Amino acid sequence: MVTLGDYLIVSGILFTIGFAGVMLRRNLIIILMSLELMLNAANLSLVAFSRFHVQQSGLPDYNAQVFVFFIITVAAAEVAVGLAILVALYRARQTTDVKDIMSLKF
Amino acid sequence: MSPFLFWPFALLMLIFGVAVVINRNPVASALSLVVSFLGLAALFMSLDAYFIGIIQVLVYAGAVMVLFLFIIMLLDLRAEEGRQVSWLALIGGIAVALALLAQILYVIHNLKSAQQAFPPLARSTFDDVRNVGLLLFGSYNLPFQIIGILVLVATIGVVLLSKREPR
Repeated sequence: MVTLGDYLIVSGILFTIGFAGVMLRRNLIIILMSLELMLNAANLSLVAFSRFHVQQSGLPDYNAQVFVFFIITVAAAEVAVGLAILVALYRARQTTDVKDIMSLKF
Repeated sequence: MSPFLFWPFALLMLIFGVAVVINRNPVASALSLVVSFLGLAALFMSLDAYFIGIIQVLVYAGAVMVLFLFIIMLLDLRAEEGRQVSWLALIGGIAVALALLAQILYVIHNLKSAQQAFPPLARSTFDDVRNVGLLLFGSYNLPFQIIGILVLVATIGVVLLSKREPR
C-alpha cells in the first residue's frame, strides 16, 4: 500500500537532487534545469496532499491543483526569461560557466 | 495507487533526475529531464490529478524542453572539458544537500498522517478538468488574470532581452 509518506519522501529526494544540481554544477543551463526539478518536487507534494485531503463530496481538494497550475505557469515564464538572460550573457561574454562571471565579486 | 505502478515510475523519475545533474553533455541532461518529467506526470496520474498530469506533459515535456534544447543548440554548447574538480566544493555541496535531505526525512517521519493510506474517492471517474476550471475561473479569477499579465510581461521582457542593441 502506498502511503502519503512515500510520495512525500520521493518529493523530498527529488528536491534534494535539484538542490545538489544548483550547488554543484557550474553550467547555467544545468542550474536552470535543476531549478525546474525543485519546482516539480514541490508540485508533487502539493498534488499528494490534494489527493490525501478528500473533501465532503468525495473529490480531491482542487485548491492545491489550481496552485500547481499557477506554479507551472510561473515556472514556464521564469524559464523563458532565464534563457533570454543566458543568451544575452553569452553574447556579451561567450560563456555559460558561473565561474567566469565574477564582475560583482569582491 | 498500486505499488506496482508507483515504485517503477518514482525510480524512473529519480534516476533520470540524477542523470540531469551528473551528465556532462547539456543535450543528454535535457533529454534526461524529459524522461524525468514524464515519470512525474505518471505519478500525478496515479494521484487522480489527470489535468495536472496532462499539463505537465504539454508544458514541461513539450514547450519548456524544446526551449532548453533550442537554446543549447543555438549557443552550440559542447560537453564541458574536464576542468579540474574542486574536491572541497564537491564534498561541501553534497554534504549540504544530504543535510537538507535528512531534515526533510525527519519532518516526514514525524508527520502523523504520513503513515496513512490515501482515503478512497466517492467514485472512480469524475470531471477533473471541469472541477479545476470552475475553481480557476470562479474563486481564483483574479490570480488567473494576474498570471496572464505576468506571462505577457515575461513575453515582452524576453523580446527586449534578446534584441540586439543598436550600436
